[in-house]
Amino acid sequence: MAGGGELKLLGVWTSPYVIRVRVVLNLKSLPYEYVEENLGDKSALLLGSNPVHKSVPVLLHGGRPVNESQVIVQYIDEVWPGVDGRPSVLPSDPYERAVARFWAAYVDDKVGPAWLGIVFRSKTEEERAEAVAQAVAALETLEEAFKECSKGKPFFGGDGIGFVDVVLGGYLGWFTGIDKLIGRRLIDPARTPALAAWEERFRAAEAAKGVVPDDADKVLEFRQTLLAWSASKAK
Amino acid sequence: MAAEKKADLVLLDFWVSPFGQRCRIAMAEKGLDFEYREEDLANKSDLLLRSNPVHKKIPVLLHAGRPVCESLVILSYLDEAFPDTPQLLPPLSAAGAGAADAAYARARARFWADYIDKKLYDCGSRLWKLKGEPQAQARAEMVEILRTLEAELGDRDFFGGGGGRLGFVDVALVPFTSWFYSYERYGGFSVEEACPKLAAWARRCGEIDSVAKHLHSPEKVYDFIGVLKKKYGIE
Repeated sequence: MAGGGELKLLGVWTSPYVIRVRVVLNLKSLPYEYVEENLGDKSALLLGSNPVHKSVPVLLHGGRPVNESQVIVQYIDEVWPGVDGRPSVLPSDPYERAVARFWAAYVDDKVGPAWLGIVFRSKTEEERAEAVAQAVAALETLEEAFKECSKGKPFFGGDGIGFVDVVLGGYLGWFTGIDKLIGRRLIDPARTPALAAWEERFRAAEAAKGVVPDDADKVLEFRQTLLAWSASKAK
Repeated sequence: MAAEKKADLVLLDFWVSPFGQRCRIAMAEKGLDFEYREEDLANKSDLLLRSNPVHKKIPVLLHAGRPVCESLVILSYLDEAFPDTPQLLPPLSAAGAGAADAAYARARARFWADYIDKKLYDCGSRLWKLKGEPQAQARAEMVEILRTLEAELGDRDFFGGGGGRLGFVDVALVPFTSWFYSYERYGGFSVEEACPKLAAWARRCGEIDSVAKHLHSPEKVYDFIGVLKKKYGIE
């Protein structure tokens, strides 16, 4: 394997941050060992590899850990660049790279906390409605960003899946569960039609197969497990 | 070289912003001339609002009129758009086994810059905004953050990076050294005592021209915080 060493990914199957890394590994056709972590009882390998944040994903390459999902994605893009038919995740033009990084940061700054609010942190209906409103507002901004970035092509990255696509796409697993929980689509075709069409295309993409959860009941069941883990930690 | 020095660069900024200072120092390290424009944050210019409609925040770098937003995105952009200037991130070598090592060093730098962004400014704000137990908690967190950064520095003179002395992490962190005095005053601790190696690093950076030119005195920052507190009615 190029760059020397086996790939191992420590993750949790619903994590938006893990899913985006798996999509990129699939895009690059890179084989890897996937290890599902138990967040209620984190492995010694996880704690040793990411002592600062103790979180997933962790990518181990020849045993060396790379942490923080957007950093991991860029690492993969640099070690296995887009040559000889292999796709690139970030574009090659410096300005376009800056635009992609800007929107990726926006997604994690705005969609991330809203998702956490809806799924874990809201204690009342009002709080959850507020978090949903925040998510929808961010998605409406991303609708405009999509039109600008895609320029009529299927993805933020253009013809193929790119950086912003995988960063936002990572949340789609949870969105499946949230849509059922709140009784409406977060990416609403009536409000954000371009993103709704993008969502369908992303889920159907080869690289997303098997890594973007689409079973709402399973996701919501897992949510209960996660809530129980954090409740027991709080004691 | 001459063409690069005359590159059309405008920085929309606010004098005390550590995020803006990152950009100023980076351009100074690279020998890039730029036009500095001070924004009145109570009365933002049309140019700022047009250039960063999403966040309406400084810093914004305009290169030939095109805006780049988010300070770490700006740092990466400066490396990539001006490849013949001293690089902040270790450059990728040609191919093969060396590629993974360079990519790993870059990933490590990005990880620590992200850590600084996630932790430092917010914790510092809590130090001067809060009192009693919450303030004590913020102090404990601040000492932890600084010690964690000191551990990453190790016995090196700088966090390091590309061709020059100051690398990505040095530039990301150094503006906050002007805030150490304020953290100490409000938090009731000493950076020198808590993390002497980091304190030595701060002094070492202060002797570098690009840093000395663009940082404000700790006393000026402390006075600024005093003005902010009055403005927000915080005692």
